[in-house]
Amino acid sequence: MDLLRFATAGSVDDGKSTLIGRLLYDSKSIFEDQLAAVEATSAARGDDYTDLALLTDGLRAEREQGITIDVAYRYFATPRRKFIIADTPGHIQYTRNMVTGASTADLALILVDARKGLVEQSRRHAFLCSLLRVPHMVLCVNKMDLVDWSEEVFEKISAEFRAFAAKLDVPDLAIIPISALKGDNIVERSQNMPWYEGTSLLHHLEHVHIGSDRNLVDARFPVQHVIRPQSNADDRRDYRGYAGQVASGVLKPGDEVMVLPSGFTSRIAGIDTADGPVAEAYPPMSVTVRLEDEIDISRGDMFCRPNNKPQVSQDVEAMVCWMDESVPLTPGRKYTIKHTTRSARAVVKNLHYRLDINTLHRDEGASSLGLNEIGRVRLRTTVPLLHDEYRRNRATGGFIIIDEATNKTAGAAIIV
Amino acid sequence: MTEFPTQSVGYAVSHLDALEAEAIFVFREVVAECERPVLLFSGGKDSIVLLHLAQKAFWPGRIPFPLLHVDTGHNFEEVLAFRDRRAAELEAQLLVASVQEGIDSGLVAEPPSGMRNAIQTPVLLEAVEKYRFDALFGGARRDEEKARAKERVFSFRDEFGQWDPKNQRPELWSLYNARTHSGESMRVFPLSNWTELDVWHYIQRENIALPDIYFAHEREVVDRGGMLYAVHEVLPAKPGEEPFTELVRYRTVGDASCTAAVRSDARTVAEVIDEVAATRITERGATRGDDRVSEAAMEDRKREGYF
Repeated sequence: MDLLRFATAGSVDDGKSTLIGRLLYDSKSIFEDQLAAVEATSAARGDDYTDLALLTDGLRAEREQGITIDVAYRYFATPRRKFIIADTPGHIQYTRNMVTGASTADLALILVDARKGLVEQSRRHAFLCSLLRVPHMVLCVNKMDLVDWSEEVFEKISAEFRAFAAKLDVPDLAIIPISALKGDNIVERSQNMPWYEGTSLLHHLEHVHIGSDRNLVDARFPVQHVIRPQSNADDRRDYRGYAGQVASGVLKPGDEVMVLPSGFTSRIAGIDTADGPVAEAYPPMSVTVRLEDEIDISRGDMFCRPNNKPQVSQDVEAMVCWMDESVPLTPGRKYTIKHTTRSARAVVKNLHYRLDINTLHRDEGASSLGLNEIGRVRLRTTVPLLHDEYRRNRATGGFIIIDEATNKTAGAAIIV
Repeated sequence: MTEFPTQSVGYAVSHLDALEAEAIFVFREVVAECERPVLLFSGGKDSIVLLHLAQKAFWPGRIPFPLLHVDTGHNFEEVLAFRDRRAAELEAQLLVASVQEGIDSGLVAEPPSGMRNAIQTPVLLEAVEKYRFDALFGGARRDEEKARAKERVFSFRDEFGQWDPKNQRPELWSLYNARTHSGESMRVFPLSNWTELDVWHYIQRENIALPDIYFAHEREVVDRGGMLYAVHEVLPAKPGEEPFTELVRYRTVGDASCTAAVRSDARTVAEVIDEVAATRITERGATRGDDRVSEAAMEDRKREGYF
C-alpha cells in the first residue's frame, strides 16, 4: 500500500467539508464518538443538519466563529492506499494555507459549485497548485443534483476550466461531476449521470499513478547529519556515515559522487540503514551513506553525480509567497533562509514585480510584498545554494524565508 | 480484514516506509539544529515506537539525547518496569520528573478528582527549565484529536511553554524551522502523520516489544460512566462502586487515574490490529476520561504547555 497526499481547496459553500466528511465516512474513518460529538454540537447550535465541518474545525476560535483558521490534516485508508488530506480553508489567509498544503501534495482537489460555475477563487486555486507544481489536479463539479444532473452544465464548466488550465502548467487534470451530499460519483459511479464515462472520485484517488512523479534522474543527497559513533567496538571505531533523505535520483554503492560545494569526488562505499545495507537508495528513503575517501563533509553539503550537478550560486531568482502578517518583504532587508539542509543569510536585492493572482497581471511598481502576496525577487546569499529549478526538482528548488528578529517563517520561495 | 502489504517493491515505497523515512528525517533534523533535545518517554506504545525510530535514525551510533518521563505517581507497574528495562538496553539516560515531588514542594496541588493528568504540565515545564531543553520529542499523532490535527510537526512554544494555535509557523515541503530564542522551545512530533493502525502495523512489522497491558488480560475494574477503570492502589473503588473482573486491554497508557481499559480478547499484535481496524470509537474517546471534560479539553491543556 502506498501513500497519497492531497490538498483540498474550496470554501464551505462549495461543499468541501461535506465531501471530506463523506470520504472519511464511507472509508469508515469517522468514529462513532466523533460523529456523536459533532451531532451534539450541531444540535446545540441549532443547525438544521449535522455540520461535518465540525469534524475538522477543532480549535475553540473556529467553533465559536464558525470559520476554519488553519490547515487541518485528516487521514483515511482504503485497501489500496493510505491518504493524507491537507484541508485548507477558503477564507482566511487563503494563499498562505493553500501554498502550505500544496507544497507536499501529490494531488490537488478543487471544488466548484455546479450552479455557480468557475469563480475567481477556482482560478486562484488552480494557479497556486500549478505554481507549487502539484503533479495531479482534480476538479470536482459538485452539487450536480441541484442542476438536474445536467451534462450540458458539466461540459460548459469543464470546457471553461480546461481553457484556463491550458494557460497554466497542469500536467494531469481530471474533471468529475459529483454530488457530495448524495454520494454520487464519490465511491461508486453515479446512476444519475449515465453520460459520464469516467471513474468515481475515490477510484481516481486510489489509482492515479504517482510513482513517476518523483525525480529519479538527478541524484541529489543533502547531507543532514554526520554519524560518528565514537564507540570502542572494533567495527564502529572508524565509522563515519552521512545521514540524510534522498531528495531525488538513485544512489548505489560504487557510484562516483561529487561533494558540493567543495567539488571533491569519491565513490559510495556503502548505503546503510538500521535494518542493514541497501543496494539502492531513492526518494523518500532516509539512509546513511559511506564514502571510500575521507573528505571534509558537513551538514548542508550535497552529493550529486559529477556529470549531473545542481546549480551552485549565491544569486537566485525566485517567486516568493509572503506569509508574515506583521512585516512585509522589502528590498534591502536581510533574512535567514533554509534550503534543503543548508541555512544561509540572504538579502533581497530586487523585487521585480508583484503578481495579481486573479488576473496574472505583473505590477512592476510594487515596493513590497504583504501577507498572502506573491512576487518575483532576486536574492543574494552568504553561501552558495546548491539548487535546481523548482519545476525540475521540488526538493532542491524550494526554500523558506525566516525573519531574523522573530524567527517566524515569513515566506516560501520557488526558484525559477 | 484486508491485509495491507507493508514492504516496498522496486522504486515503490510503502506507506509505512514513507512514514518511517519522514520520522527519521525529523529526528536527525532536530539533532542537527537544536542544542538540547529530549525524548518524552512514558513506556506507552507511541513513545516506544518513537524510541525505536530514534534508535534507527542514529544507528550505529547511540541515541544522542536523554529520555524524560513525567511520572504522575499513578503508574502501571509493568509499564514502569518496561520503561526502565528499555532505557537500560539502549544505554540511554533516563530522567524522571516527579509529579508527587511537585505536589510535595507546592508546585502543584492534587486535584479533588485525583486525576493527575493536568498537573503534569507545570512539572514538565519545570524540568524543561531546569535542564534547558530546547526541543522535546513527543509521540502525539494528528489523528488522535481535533486540536492535534492542526498542530505542526515542529510546534513552537514560548518561554512559558504555551502553544498559540493561531500563531503557528507555516510548514512547507520538509523545511522545518526549528529556530528559537533562549527560553523558548519546540515540541516535535515525528509520528504526526501516523494513525493508530499505522502504529500497530509498524509494531508488527518491526517486531517491537510492548508492555503486557496492551494485550487482553483479566483485571479487576469498576465501571465509571461507561468507562472501565482498573482498581488500583491509588485508585480504590469508590463507595457504591462494584468491582468486577473483566477481560480487558489498554488502547492507550497514561496516568492510571484517567486511563480506562477496553473490553478485548486480543492477545497478540495481529489480533489487536484486527480489533483496531474494526473499532468504531477513537482511542482517546474510548479510554481518556480527561478528554471528556469539554469539546476543547485538549486544546486548553496544550495551550498551557501540555505534551
